[in-house]
Amino acid sequence: MKLILEKRQEHSQAMAYLSPVIAIALTVVIGGIIFALRGLNPFEALFIYFIEPVTTLWSLEELAVKAAPLVLIGVGLAICFTANVWNIGAEGQLTAGALLGSAIPILFTGWQSPLTLVAMLVLGAVGGALFAAIPALLKNRFGANEILTSLMLVYVAQLLLDWLVRGPWRDPKGFNFPKSVTFEDWQLLPTFGDGRVHLGAVFAVIAALVLAVVMARTLKGFEVRVIGNAPRAGAFAGFSRNKMVLFCFLLSGGLAGLAGICEVAGPGGHLQPNVSPGYGFTAIIVAFLGRLNPVGVLFAGVLLGISYLGGEAAQVTLGISDKMAQVFQGMLLFFILACDTLILYRIKLLFGSQLRQVPAE
Amino acid sequence: MGALEAVILTIITASTPLLLAAVGELVVERSGVLNLGVEGMMVMGAVCGFAAAYTSGSPYLGIAAGITAGIGMSLLFAFLTQSLVSNQVATGLALTLLGLGLSGLIGEAFTGLPGVKLPKIWIPVLTDIPFIGPILFGQDILVYVSIALTIAVAHVLFKTRIGLVIRAVGGNHHSAHALGYNVIAVRYACIAFGGACAGLAGAYLSLAYTPQWIENMTAGRGWIALALVVFSTWLPRRLAIGAYLFGTVWIMGLYVQGLGIGIPSQFLSSLPYLVTIVALVVISGNRTLTKVNTPACIGQPFVPDR
Amino acid sequence: MTTKSVKTGTAASVDYLLEARNIVKKFGDFAANDDVTLKLVPGEIHALLGENGAGKSTLVKIIYGSLQPTSGELRWMDTVTVVANPAAARKLGIGMVFQHFSLFEALTVAENIALAMPDDVDLAELSDRIAKVSVEYGLPLEPTALVADLSVGERQRIEIVRCLLQEPRLLIMDEPTAVLTPQEADQLFVTLNRLAGEGCAVLYISHRLEEVKQLCHDATILRHGKVVAQVDPQKETAASLARLMVGADVHSIKAQKAAKAKSPVLEISDLSLPADGPFGVALKNIQLDVCEGEIVAIAGVAGNGQSEFFDVLSGERRCLTEDAVKISGAACGTAGVTARRQMSAAFVPEERLGHGAVPGFMLSENVILTRHSSDGGMARGGFINQTAARDINTRVTERFDVRKAKADPEARPLSGGNLQKFVVGRELDRNPKVLVVNQPTWGVDAGAAALIRQALIDLARSGACVLVISQDLDEIFEVSDRIAVISRGELSQAYPAGDLTLEQIGLMMAGAHETGGGQSREAVA
Repeated sequence: MKLILEKRQEHSQAMAYLSPVIAIALTVVIGGIIFALRGLNPFEALFIYFIEPVTTLWSLEELAVKAAPLVLIGVGLAICFTANVWNIGAEGQLTAGALLGSAIPILFTGWQSPLTLVAMLVLGAVGGALFAAIPALLKNRFGANEILTSLMLVYVAQLLLDWLVRGPWRDPKGFNFPKSVTFEDWQLLPTFGDGRVHLGAVFAVIAALVLAVVMARTLKGFEVRVIGNAPRAGAFAGFSRNKMVLFCFLLSGGLAGLAGICEVAGPGGHLQPNVSPGYGFTAIIVAFLGRLNPVGVLFAGVLLGISYLGGEAAQVTLGISDKMAQVFQGMLLFFILACDTLILYRIKLLFGSQLRQVPAE
Repeated sequence: MGALEAVILTIITASTPLLLAAVGELVVERSGVLNLGVEGMMVMGAVCGFAAAYTSGSPYLGIAAGITAGIGMSLLFAFLTQSLVSNQVATGLALTLLGLGLSGLIGEAFTGLPGVKLPKIWIPVLTDIPFIGPILFGQDILVYVSIALTIAVAHVLFKTRIGLVIRAVGGNHHSAHALGYNVIAVRYACIAFGGACAGLAGAYLSLAYTPQWIENMTAGRGWIALALVVFSTWLPRRLAIGAYLFGTVWIMGLYVQGLGIGIPSQFLSSLPYLVTIVALVVISGNRTLTKVNTPACIGQPFVPDR
Repeated sequence: MTTKSVKTGTAASVDYLLEARNIVKKFGDFAANDDVTLKLVPGEIHALLGENGAGKSTLVKIIYGSLQPTSGELRWMDTVTVVANPAAARKLGIGMVFQHFSLFEALTVAENIALAMPDDVDLAELSDRIAKVSVEYGLPLEPTALVADLSVGERQRIEIVRCLLQEPRLLIMDEPTAVLTPQEADQLFVTLNRLAGEGCAVLYISHRLEEVKQLCHDATILRHGKVVAQVDPQKETAASLARLMVGADVHSIKAQKAAKAKSPVLEISDLSLPADGPFGVALKNIQLDVCEGEIVAIAGVAGNGQSEFFDVLSGERRCLTEDAVKISGAACGTAGVTARRQMSAAFVPEERLGHGAVPGFMLSENVILTRHSSDGGMARGGFINQTAARDINTRVTERFDVRKAKADPEARPLSGGNLQKFVVGRELDRNPKVLVVNQPTWGVDAGAAALIRQALIDLARSGACVLVISQDLDEIFEVSDRIAVISRGELSQAYPAGDLTLEQIGLMMAGAHETGGGQSREAVA
């Protein structure tokens, strides 16, 4: 048997929509098989994983909390990846944003003003953007691979945070726990409903919608797509690749930083060594599952949020490791990438007699 | 055992996994493929190596399991990027994310258990020579394997026809195809070799470096191995030097920490990552050094026409 | 391959070295080869003639084993043979020199040749054999040289030596002279005649009729995948061969003489630029004025700085000094491509897909690519006016007869000729004052080529200045008022087209005008 790819004349629009659906279906099927192999009822396990999280108001609110950072970071990364700029250090930029934004409640504890929170959010975004500017500048100035530098900086940011919350920024009244002082009311994001959904969810929706318009209607969005598709044509159109690298890193870093400060000033209320359960990496999957389209990212962020919630629920109800969620996420990305082949190619499987007509490559 | 001797011994153990993983990726990249999944393959090698060694009691079965896991992961990557021409950068990231998740799941049962340590060799007389003996003749077998492998890769790449074909495929896949070489098959083989090396490097971590399983125990070493390949400008000799330089940085950080100097441990721990960035900047800034050796087709998809 | 019953050949079939019988090759519904039959005897130089897209490349790929026929059979020395892959072809004694060389830039000459040998060879021993063969056939080569450092002519020698080392009985040459100077081409013909004299058959693919008449003993002509004639080229005229190739009388171009040259619109003075990386070409002290109403052509062998020159004119690479390039008197050497477009300059690059157009974008989006900031109304306040883009696309595709499956398709599936008409038309639609175009009809069918050349002439006659960079000397003589030649980054003086002979251009293409060259500038003028 031999697998042959036949190039389509144009992109298949249908497949562009179908491919994530197929990928999700395949992930669910393989997931069910894994559950069955572990001696669980696969239907029950899948129900707990993927359906139950969206059945109660409580869990829906929790979902909004989880999906918000994924969408915020995911839309930024979607723009990067569309432009063929590979920022994979969003986790570090998130950390940097959380750090810089927290400087106000930790260092200026007494400053109480409506502007406090605004300043925190701005500093959060600035922190993420500045941290993201490092790989961009190293790429533009020295040609250093941005994938590797942005990733290395994740470790650096996390170690910096670790040092701060165990050292200079540790809460003196915190019984030696590695955490900062707890933020005051005016330093926390306003919330909705039961009090867990915070302003971050609003930011996420706004970011997705604004970037959707930018990508579809503006010259900047056009520039992003041209440079990602055909860099030579981009230069011919008068667009600068270097400026695009910087733009993408500043944008995605800023959004990651905003997500970071929202995590701290939202559900957390203080800095601790782990500000995120890997949102910066999961957002890579969100970006691809959302077809690198901001509106798609909105849906994808919700779906990946479900996998986090389902993972927690399954751990409690079924005693399955929460690592299972990460496996689901990894599998999902694999299947999306595989299914994306269908957008540009037709796949043909050749057997026996047909095979002899095909030359050895 | 003197302090210097102890430091040198730990440097060798810290450098070996970097060298093993990087030498495999060097071959992969020479064939024109960029596999960013080294970290994922490595961590799978670590957990499978540990599990097999713990279950069977044999570190050598652990090594075999690590290699197998690495190859298995790499073939997944090969199928997607070569047969389905998926984006290599994204697929490599997917491999890493999947590897980190899957290893966590598999490793849960093995967390905190005592490991099986790969023994160091002992040659009568030679190993007993003071200072030089333990360093040159008293390492575990994989240290020697890593060096032999590097020499073998250098020989095969530059002195044999197989190496010529690998470089040709990485330099210009259309020409190689036109001459009748099976580009996809060559790349499958190179990717599998890279997977085996990464798996072996992971197994080394959980069997020799710190004989136990800790989640995410690769701690970015797969990524550093990738940076090392760039740093080496795709030459095995420079790669070996680079691996030992990085191993030294890694250990010096820990060692200085042990001295109790008033530098926060986090700063010392971040040294390897910062040094990696500096190394990338220095080497990438030097165009003449990189451009000639860079495989021209790296990361580009190839679909043979029929 | 399925063996089908085939009409039995004539009794004389024993004399043929190779017969391709009733070859059909389909890609989807499209038949690239439709019942093609070709016969070769030992010692003949056989031309395979046809326009781009006529099916020449498909046929030779089948003979060389790179493609398998959908139906039909190959007979090699009177035996039905399946050529499974190029290695099998080489084993039979078939060698091929590709139009786009299959060479590896980062490897040495000897390594490149070793890759084509069937068995593992010792590089030192191989180097000796290369030296011997290259002396024997007058093809000097240095085995340890890196391919990246060699000229196009030298690279072709590697390809030929690579074939000769395997003592081929059939040598396939795909458009070999497209990249050579006339003198280098003559040298090649000597080598090919010598090979034929030794009994080797040569299958010579070309669309250059004069050289086919000069060199070949026999000619098979393809059109739309079918054999339309097999003729003795010596007995034909270039015009009769062209009629067979194109199917109708070739459209002739009206080239009225340019009016008296007026003031220069595009001025290039003391333009120098260092090479971009180890494989690039440096530009050296280029001087050229192009006046309104005239077409100046730049001739030269590929890889002598044409693309660098184009990039620096378009502004994709900036000059070191502002005064190096002036448009309508305004210095713009350090300005970018958008600023130059706003000065009413337009550019058409050599590479259509990926440079002049984005393959996966619709044509209307490709309109925006070059016109987003130079024409009013396309991108106001940062937002794109898609209606305007679609209108321009409709206008351009109608005026330039761009044939397409739907109103606004992606660029990728368009044929070379249709896409080139779009890319040129998109710029002409702006009525630019300056047009710089690199290889305007490269890989384009004759109909589209004639339309594009006519459009360039019409633009110049309407008062614009046009600079054409081309490797095609026929094209250059057809459209240009003045001709300059580029060689290793140096540009000759521009001479009136009527004052130059092919031989003089050839000498300049080989570097006669270069400051360090063997011949002085006076020898040419």
